[in-house]
Amino acid sequence: MSQVRTYTRPMAGWWRKNPYFVKYMIREASAPLFYAYALWLLAGLVALARGEAAYNTWRSASSHPLSILLHAVVVVFAIYHTWTWFRVLPKTTPDIDVQPRVLVAAGVAVAVVCCAALFAFAWWATR
Amino acid sequence: MTESVRTIAIECLRYNPETDEAPHYQTYDVPFTDDMSVLEGLQYIKDELDGSLTFRWSCRMAICGSCGSMVNGVPQLSCHTFLRNYYPGKVRIEPLNHFPILRDLAIDQTDFVRNKLPAIKPYLIAKEDKTLAQGEFLQTPGEMHKYYHYSECINCLLCYAACPQYGLNPEFAGPAAIALMHRYNADSRDAGRAERMQLGNSDEGVWGCTLVGYCSEVCPKGVDPAHAINQNKVASTVDYFLRFLTPHGGK
Amino acid sequence: MKRSNAPVFWALFGAGGMLSALIAPMLVFITGIAVPTGFLLPADAMSYERMLRFAHNGFAKLALLAVVSLFLWHGGLRMYHSLHHLGFHTGAGSKLVIHGISLLGTVAAAWALLTIGF
Repeated sequence: MSQVRTYTRPMAGWWRKNPYFVKYMIREASAPLFYAYALWLLAGLVALARGEAAYNTWRSASSHPLSILLHAVVVVFAIYHTWTWFRVLPKTTPDIDVQPRVLVAAGVAVAVVCCAALFAFAWWATR
Repeated sequence: MTESVRTIAIECLRYNPETDEAPHYQTYDVPFTDDMSVLEGLQYIKDELDGSLTFRWSCRMAICGSCGSMVNGVPQLSCHTFLRNYYPGKVRIEPLNHFPILRDLAIDQTDFVRNKLPAIKPYLIAKEDKTLAQGEFLQTPGEMHKYYHYSECINCLLCYAACPQYGLNPEFAGPAAIALMHRYNADSRDAGRAERMQLGNSDEGVWGCTLVGYCSEVCPKGVDPAHAINQNKVASTVDYFLRFLTPHGGK
Repeated sequence: MKRSNAPVFWALFGAGGMLSALIAPMLVFITGIAVPTGFLLPADAMSYERMLRFAHNGFAKLALLAVVSLFLWHGGLRMYHSLHHLGFHTGAGSKLVIHGISLLGTVAAAWALLTIGF
């Protein structure tokens, strides 16, 4: 049989064509934000190691309105990451007799407790 | 009781490899009733309006896996979705994404049938073969429950149309193949896991997946391929690190 | 079939993903909004003296290293896949850059924390 000519459709812009994929890409978009936040913290750590002057430069940069705004964006994506992370967690477990939504609820609950504990610790350490 | 007949616009992708350079769209006005599936809409077009329209179908009841297509951008079995749900909007029908188009709504399934499916060894590989006289393999309901829903795949390929990783890289084994691989690995009668995981542990196996999860959303039989793939990422990781400890390199 | 080395990066990705899922919303809020603006927490909570004292602690060092390093490994692997999703050709080069930065970041964080002393 001779080779039939087929038509292959291009993939460009695939994620814009379906709301499910758009939400997926938003979920993935938290990645560069965490990356940047980690590098920002690293800058602070290195400055701390180098001495008071260096650290105070980092600290005043942290107070700049732009820094506050960017951190706010990261917080929003971090919350979305927490939600989507636990929502897909059931897919990575072996087949167990627990309803996925129980795992999701448990995970989010643990996250809320951890965040509250972190704030409580910061409050206590700086009172 | 007479039902007033409504008309819905069904827009189909057309492609004839002998005459067309690229696909184009053709719209048909189809009279429909509430009980008509999208497949029946296509059958109306072929029977009454345009006999040249080409599409696959068979059982009309979501078990043969033949009639998969993109309906308004979503992978569906056309026998399993109803025209009334789209009215008064238009129904756009295209061949399943990520596969080459053979003609009109029919895709070239060769990659799945010839490459993916055989590669995962979709058959029981017993530890020792039994003769008939030795009797059957026994299995408890609990053991069967472990793999049963993964065995419900009808090879409709909706999950491949849903998977952007397969679209971007056709070397990826894909949702249905890996779900079926897991079906056999999880079967208590099977001892072929190590053989299958040669593919499973590679970049074309479970590691080609980024947990988009859309495959499990569109599966008409509840196979949940995303779960099959991603639980095997954990197993593959454990095996990766522990293989130096056990003599046979893991299960 | 060549066995993939993805498990190494995926394990780090998973650890970073879990850590960030559990604490990132509050951590980013504290370090990036609350303290710099003095909202709910004192504005001098991250002063040089306080941070130095904090970082002298062995557990704090581990925590800081974990956050910096695992956030980098998590974000890095996801970014690598996102580039692929967006149509960029991702190969050994992109892997080297992205994971290289994560590795350098980990080393730099460890160095800084050790330099700060106990």
